[in-house]
Amino acid sequence: MTTPLLDLRQVNKKYNEGSKHQVHAVRELNLAVEPGEIVALLGSSGCGKTSTLRMIAGFEEVSSGSILIKGSPIHQRPPAKRGVAMAFEGYSLYPPLTVRENIAFALKGEKLDRQEVDRKVLEIADLLEIHDILDRYPSSISGGQQQRASLGRALIRNADLHLLDEPMGQLEPQLRAILRGRIKHFIKERGLTAILVTHDQTEANALADRIAVMEGGVLQQFGSPAELKDAPANLFTGTFIGEPPMNIFNAELEDTGDVVRMRLEKEVYLTFPGSAFSGNLRALLAKEQQFVIGVRPHAVHIHQDGEPGTVFANQWLGDQTHIAANFAGSSIISVQHDRTDYRNGDTIRVGIKASDLHVFSRSSGNALSHGGDIA
Amino acid sequence: MEHQSTLERWLRGIALSLVVLFFMFPIFWILLMSLQTNETILRSPPSMVFTPTLNNYAAIIAGRLDSNVATMSIEFMRNLMNSFILSAASVAVSLLLGVPAAYAFARHKFRGSEDIAFTLLSFRFAPPLLVLLPLTLYFQELGLANTYFGLIWVYQLICLPLILWIVRGYFEDISPDIEHAYRIAGHGWFATFRKIALPLAGPGIAAAGLLAFIFAWNNFVFALVLASADKQPVTVGALAFVTASGIQYGQIAAAIVLSITPTLALALWAQRYLVEGLSLGAVKG
Repeated sequence: MTTPLLDLRQVNKKYNEGSKHQVHAVRELNLAVEPGEIVALLGSSGCGKTSTLRMIAGFEEVSSGSILIKGSPIHQRPPAKRGVAMAFEGYSLYPPLTVRENIAFALKGEKLDRQEVDRKVLEIADLLEIHDILDRYPSSISGGQQQRASLGRALIRNADLHLLDEPMGQLEPQLRAILRGRIKHFIKERGLTAILVTHDQTEANALADRIAVMEGGVLQQFGSPAELKDAPANLFTGTFIGEPPMNIFNAELEDTGDVVRMRLEKEVYLTFPGSAFSGNLRALLAKEQQFVIGVRPHAVHIHQDGEPGTVFANQWLGDQTHIAANFAGSSIISVQHDRTDYRNGDTIRVGIKASDLHVFSRSSGNALSHGGDIA
Repeated sequence: MEHQSTLERWLRGIALSLVVLFFMFPIFWILLMSLQTNETILRSPPSMVFTPTLNNYAAIIAGRLDSNVATMSIEFMRNLMNSFILSAASVAVSLLLGVPAAYAFARHKFRGSEDIAFTLLSFRFAPPLLVLLPLTLYFQELGLANTYFGLIWVYQLICLPLILWIVRGYFEDISPDIEHAYRIAGHGWFATFRKIALPLAGPGIAAAGLLAFIFAWNNFVFALVLASADKQPVTVGALAFVTASGIQYGQIAAAIVLSITPTLALALWAQRYLVEGLSLGAVKG
C-alpha cells in the first residue's frame, strides 16, 4: 500500500481551549487522502470542515493529533513550508495588483521565466474564462470573477496538495456546471491532489472521488458518492445526502416466519417476503425489535396495492415531480419522472421494495442494513 | 441633493460661510497682525487699513526682539527647529514601535493582549502633570532631563497610543486571508507583514503618523517642565514674547504664523491623502 498523500491522525481542534466558551470544532478526525485523489469535505456550516482545511493549510493550530503530507508530519511547520496551495472562500486577492499579477504572483516561489509564467497564466485564464478581466483590478470586477481569479491563483501552483474552500459558491449555475467539468479534468490531467470544502452536495458529487461527510466536528462517513448514496453509514449521512432527503419512519418488527412485517405509526404495516432479508439480518432485526427505516424518494413507488397516504403537495420541477403525502404519522416524498395529476387530498398507495430499504438503529443511528443485507 | 430650492441653497451657503468665518477668522486676524507694528495693532478702534511690514518676521528670523525699551535676543528659530526635531523623531520612534505592535494586537490574540493594548491607550487618559513630577526626578537622576532623547521618550506617551490604536484598526480591516494567501504561496510572516500588511495599511499609517505629529507639535507641558531654553519647542518658546516691557503682539503673531505653517501644510496635504486612502476602499471585499 502506498503512503497516503495527506494523512490526518486523531486530529482535534478546540477553540478557546480551557475557557468556558470552549468549542470543540473537530473531534478525533482520521482521514487519509491518496495521491491524485479529489476529496470533498461536505457538511453544513459549523460542522468543522473549514477548520479542518485551515489546519491542513496551517492557519489554525491542531489542538492534538498530527497531520502528515507524504508521510512527514507538517502540522508544526509554517504554511509556507507545507507545500500546499489554497483558494480562499473570501477570494483574498491583493488589491493593488491586477488579476493577471495576482495569479502570476502565486508562481513567484517557483522561479520560472517570464514566458513560462505568461503561458501558465493564460492557460488558467482560458480554463476559468477570465481572459478579458486579466488586466483589471480586484475592486472593479464582480464577486464571481474574483472567485475565479482566486481559484486560478491556487490551481496554477505546482503544490503537493490543493485546498479549495467553497471554490464555486459565487458562480452562476451554468458557469458552475461548465467549470466543474473543466476543473476536474485539469486536476486529473496533472495528477494533482485536491481537497475541497463545500456545503453543496451536487458540487461534491460532481468533483470528488470521495466525500467526507462531517457533522458536529465528527467525521460521519468517508466514501465514494455511490457508497454514500447506497450505503449511508448512519441516519445523518442517510438524510443529509440526497435531494430530496431520505424518508424516515420509526418501525417495529413483527416477524411471522414467512413474511417480515414492520409496524409504522398509525397502524400502517409494511410487509416484505421473508426471503428478501438474509437470515443474519432477520436475527438482528428480531433482536433490535424497534428501529428506524429509511427509503429514498426515488424508490417510493405509487401503485395499486400499497399502503395509503394523503397527498398534500405535488410539484413539477421541470424534469421530475415531487409528491408529498401524509403517511404513517409523518410525511413521505415520492419522486416520479413524469407529470402526475394528483391533487391535494387525493389518496395514493405507496409501495416500498425490500431492496430499497435502509434500516438504522434507533439508539445509535448507525446503519443496520441496506437492502436485504447487514450493513 | 438635486432638489434644493433657492432658499435652501442660500441658507446652506450662509451657514457654511459662518462656519468658515468662525474657524478661519482667528487665523486671518493673526496673519494681519503679523504684518503690523505694535502701534497699529493697539490703536482704537481697530482698522484693517495699514501699511504692511515684514519687520516682525525679520526680527523673529534674526532672533532680535526690538521693543521700545530695550533689545533682547530670542531663539525662536531654534525653538522651531526643536519642535521639528522632537515631533519628527517622536513620530518616527512611535511608528517603529507602534506599527509592529499594532499588527501583533490586530492579528494575534494572546493572553492579556487586550489588557496590554488598553494599558497603552490609558497613557492618553492620565493627566500629564501627574506623571511629570516623578518623571522630572527620575530624569534628573538618569541625566535625561533637558536632552532630546529624554523628551522624545516622554513624547511617546502622546504618539505611541495614538498610532497603536489607529493603525490597529486599519490592520483589523484587512482580511487575514489576504495575508494567508501570501503566506501559503511560500513566504514567511515577516515578508507578509512587509509586503502585504504594511502597504495595505499604508494610508492608515500615514494618517496616524500625521495626527501624532500634530499632537506632538502642539504639546506644551512636557517640554515646559523637562526642557530648558536650548531644547524648547515653539509652544514653550512663545512665552518669551511676554516681556517685562509689554507684550509684542506683532512679533507673537508672526511667530504663531511661522509655527502653525508646518502643521497647517501637513494637515492640508494629509486631508487629500486621507480622502484618497479612504475612497479607494480596495482593502475590503
